Amino acid sequence: MACVAIAIIRVKDLFAVAMLSGIYGLLTASLFVDMDAVDVAFTEASVGAGISTLLMLTTVAITGSRDKAVRNKPKLALFAVTLTGVLLIFGTLDMPYFGSVDAPANLHVAPHYIQNSMQEIGVDNIVTSVLASYRGFDTFGEVVVIFTAAIGVLTLLSTGRRREEDGVVEKVNTTMHNQYLIIRIVAKMLIPFILLFALYVQFHGDFGPGGGFQAGVIFAAAIILYAMLFGLSVAKRVINQSVVQLLAAVGVLIYGSVGIVSLLGGGNFLDYSILSEDPIAGQHLGILLIELGVGITVAAVVIIIFFNFADRIDGPAPEKEGDPS
Amino acid sequence: MELFISIISGTCLLVGSFLCLSGGVGILRFPDFYTRMHAAGVTDTMAASLILIGLMLQNPDGIVVLKLVMILLLTLLVSPTASHAIANAAMKNGLRPLVDDTDHVDGKGDKS
Amino acid sequence: MLIAATTAILIVMALTISRAFMGPTLFDRILAVNMFGTKTVLLISLLGFVMGRPDFLDIAIVYALINFISVIGVLRLSETFGFKQNSQDKETDRA
Repeated sequence: MACVAIAIIRVKDLFAVAMLSGIYGLLTASLFVDMDAVDVAFTEASVGAGISTLLMLTTVAITGSRDKAVRNKPKLALFAVTLTGVLLIFGTLDMPYFGSVDAPANLHVAPHYIQNSMQEIGVDNIVTSVLASYRGFDTFGEVVVIFTAAIGVLTLLSTGRRREEDGVVEKVNTTMHNQYLIIRIVAKMLIPFILLFALYVQFHGDFGPGGGFQAGVIFAAAIILYAMLFGLSVAKRVINQSVVQLLAAVGVLIYGSVGIVSLLGGGNFLDYSILSEDPIAGQHLGILLIELGVGITVAAVVIIIFFNFADRIDGPAPEKEGDPS
Repeated sequence: MELFISIISGTCLLVGSFLCLSGGVGILRFPDFYTRMHAAGVTDTMAASLILIGLMLQNPDGIVVLKLVMILLLTLLVSPTASHAIANAAMKNGLRPLVDDTDHVDGKGDKS
Repeated sequence: MLIAATTAILIVMALTISRAFMGPTLFDRILAVNMFGTKTVLLISLLGFVMGRPDFLDIAIVYALINFISVIGVLRLSETFGFKQNSQDKETDRA
């Protein structure tokens, strides 16, 4: 991993940098698999190695592929970074070994979660129960942060409505069809499967690795594949932009409403036991609803970000350019 | 019967890893992009299929076999398409294969 | 047997990364990354069996899909940019 990191800094061609950071994300996912952390590896593989590479490539396509030459050697910065790195390593020398029994992280709350999760929540996957129920408020914060990122991208990059004529769309579609025939047919076979797999990951999060975040990313990846191969204008007609923006908000709203319904029912905010007579069934229902909310928001946000980035690329001749302001 | 299945599974795994290694060596030693693509594409798909079949026979147990079959079908579908896409893009961007012109000195026809 | 296969795949991944560093043209690097991705799918499946947790197969499926989408993404976006100028740069560098 150190070699890949050094290569990322030294290589000048930015496309290659995007690919190398894809490899880096992948090595991290393998490291997590080695540490036996399945859910984290899942999220890292889908987000870090997949979507990040795609978004970086889109950015490179907009900005340009050569690094500007650095004029001065930043010696002071190098010294500051090395000093911080040495201090950090020195600080970690005192930490307990990875996974040791009497580490403070393993002493206070973790045994409670591990021992009581099955009785209190009844979900097989402890990661999901911690994420969605014990620490539900933190997850709410994460979903709101993702939503805010989408709002930021929309504010900065949205260029307003462009009405594409039908003729232009048809011409783009036919040229692309001739070039990409084989890949298009294969992708047409794959996309329903990917969407179905995203739904499987979403609802299976209770029993195996998975959950809302990963499912949303996989769903958005299928839509991005469609948009890449069939043209951005065609994809915009299939996936209506205003509906997607609405869905991003709906996901956060679902999450918040579950919390408010718990309040109205007499419990704390996001206390799912109130939601039905049997507290375990209430927990299941609560976790299902909030994972759904998370999945919808993440999928919608990634689609929004990708469509807005890809809009700014100066495409090949038939497409019109929008105004940059 | 059990012994027979585990012998077949072991053989599949061994042959698969040998093909994988030969692909890895090939991608380092072949002289030109298109020849490396042969090494990468062909051995990738074949080695992946054999290793996955070997894993399936290790533990014939229901949902695990089903998931392995899905990975196998997905790899068989996706890996040749990716190779085609890369080769297509390389050709379109002007990368020409290494041609053995007996008139010229070795290496003049190579653009890479 | 499983350990031997895992070691073989790790060796191949190291060889592929060195091609990704060395490859003179960009397409060599794209090819190396694609191959690295397929080998990672195999590695995750094998590690799942070695460690006795078949949950890892879900990650393997996701990674196979993501690898495919990333390679198509690179190739699709490389058109708006034309790598012809890169190979011309290298020609003038050598001449």
